[in-house]
Amino acid sequence: MANLYEYEPIVGKDVINELELYASKLKNVSVQHINSTAVGGGVAEILIRMVPLLKDLGINAFWDVIKGGEKFFEVTKKMHNALHGQKVLFSQDEMGLFIQTNEMNARDMDLRGDIMFIHDPQPIGLISRKKEIGHKWIWRCHIDFSHPDPFTWNFLKKYIEQYDVSIFSAPAFARELRIPQVLIAPSIDPLSDKNKDLPQDTIDSVLERLKIDKNRPIVTQISRFDYLKDPKGVVQVFRKVRKYIDCQLVLAGGGATDDPEGAKVLAEVQEIAANDPDIFLLLLPPSSDIEINALQRASSVVLQKSLREGFGLTVAEALWKGKPVIASAVGGIPLQIANKYSGLLTHTIEGTAFALKQLLQNPSYGEKLGISGREHIKKNFLITRHLRDYMLLFLSLDHKGEDVVFL
Amino acid sequence: MNRIAKEPFQFLTRQNLTYLLGKKAKNLNALLAGIKEVPVSSIYQHTHHFLEQHEYLSPEPPNDFAYWITNVLQNDALGEEIAGIDLRQFSSLKDIQFRLVEIIENSIQQDPDSANRNVPAGEEFHFMGAQTFVFPTQYIAHDLLEFKQCLQSVSNYSIYYHMFEAPLHQQKDRFCYWIGQSLEDEKLASAFKQLDPYTQTLDNLKHNLVRLVRVRLEGK
Repeated sequence: MANLYEYEPIVGKDVINELELYASKLKNVSVQHINSTAVGGGVAEILIRMVPLLKDLGINAFWDVIKGGEKFFEVTKKMHNALHGQKVLFSQDEMGLFIQTNEMNARDMDLRGDIMFIHDPQPIGLISRKKEIGHKWIWRCHIDFSHPDPFTWNFLKKYIEQYDVSIFSAPAFARELRIPQVLIAPSIDPLSDKNKDLPQDTIDSVLERLKIDKNRPIVTQISRFDYLKDPKGVVQVFRKVRKYIDCQLVLAGGGATDDPEGAKVLAEVQEIAANDPDIFLLLLPPSSDIEINALQRASSVVLQKSLREGFGLTVAEALWKGKPVIASAVGGIPLQIANKYSGLLTHTIEGTAFALKQLLQNPSYGEKLGISGREHIKKNFLITRHLRDYMLLFLSLDHKGEDVVFL
Repeated sequence: MNRIAKEPFQFLTRQNLTYLLGKKAKNLNALLAGIKEVPVSSIYQHTHHFLEQHEYLSPEPPNDFAYWITNVLQNDALGEEIAGIDLRQFSSLKDIQFRLVEIIENSIQQDPDSANRNVPAGEEFHFMGAQTFVFPTQYIAHDLLEFKQCLQSVSNYSIYYHMFEAPLHQQKDRFCYWIGQSLEDEKLASAFKQLDPYTQTLDNLKHNLVRLVRVRLEGK
């Protein structure tokens, strides 16, 4: 795992110096992160990197995981789907199990951080100890909250409003709450396998292995095979464009093998792709970060034509590689792309096809968008900015209601 | 030209934490209502954070309201007018808030129908607020030469604080105030005052500040 000082050549010495400055105000503070899993999933991926970096800065950060049986996690999975807007019914037993498991964890866990940093709904009930033990409590929502199922939302709201502050990833996820809501976007790690610089040889060998022609334009969308990522729409966009411009389409993502809906979506995309030799449908295993990195770097244009999106960090990944990106204006994507400045935002298949033709036929325009896009990601969506926001949030807990805080 | 200052200049730096206010606008009327209601920290957030977050794009687009009105509402004339507000002439955020209200109300009077035209779902304007944290840096200048060296070394966040925020919060933290009061160099102070920070990138602004000091040190 990279240490803090390995980021200096990327973000600059002044950024690292200022992170140290903020951390110097938090020297005696302990921060206990709690989530529901130590491996797998986006939250664990962030914490694996974030906790050691906070420690590098001298903050006493540590991380614990709640315990729960298979049935508990089935309930929390349902809850997750409900928060994404699916209509889900919960039995009394299920809600009872959720409450009991949280109570058991609240009783058994050593809740010892000056700041208790609770991630997502699974451990949300730990807040029941707040009255007894005090401390400052933060609840971080990593989920798209734009259209939550009302029952689930009202159930969770009772817990959320006991916290000192909540964090959401995008403005559209904000809700009416009695506690402050802070906007902290997620981030990418420029030193991870998915984002680090790659030698041209590595990129070429990935293309060769996947039988993609490196001499013709490549248009790529990296995402799960999921209706909400609109892979069929992407194929339609490609067909409209290829009438005029010789190019190839890569749709690459994982997760279909253990996801019944994913397999169905993939089958439907395969059917409409109809063995077109210029359409590459790639089911990648979880350990494919280098391949994804190489595909993004080899692309002429990257698409993210999602119908709904959480934050859509694949956009940040492509922009970080200086690629022109055309993406739907949904979820957190408008935070990452200022339309016509750092990428193009579209709403329809026709609009996306038009934008794609523009970029493929005017590479210098795409290059300009890519340069601005990379700069925007560097300033706003790298892990160092994420660290900064967390430290400011920790400081804010002692300065509620003050617009300007002189430290 | 390297006179010792009466008081040293402490370079500060700053960062913002962004708050979501849970309020959004889907048309111009709702935007106007929101601007009237939100606290001034929200006016600050939306008229200033773009400069920092998209600093590589400056001098345009200069603020969130102008960007949304132009690119989402597609009201180019109003967007241009909002973008053209000379923020330097306002000494308080409340005054900026009044000016925004005045311009939008005028526009709505001229074309009342357009004010209820909704933007596509997902492209609403979300009101946010900001909490600013100001920190002292290790850089302290006792004379103009040291001031130049510090200017070259500090981060853009520090330049941002002294040029954009200090005029709104702590007048004495302004570069031109210290140069005028402590160094008693009115000529350089007025050259600093003349710079419009809102129409250049932070890198350019820093470069221009250093250039002005260098020229002064050379006795010109």
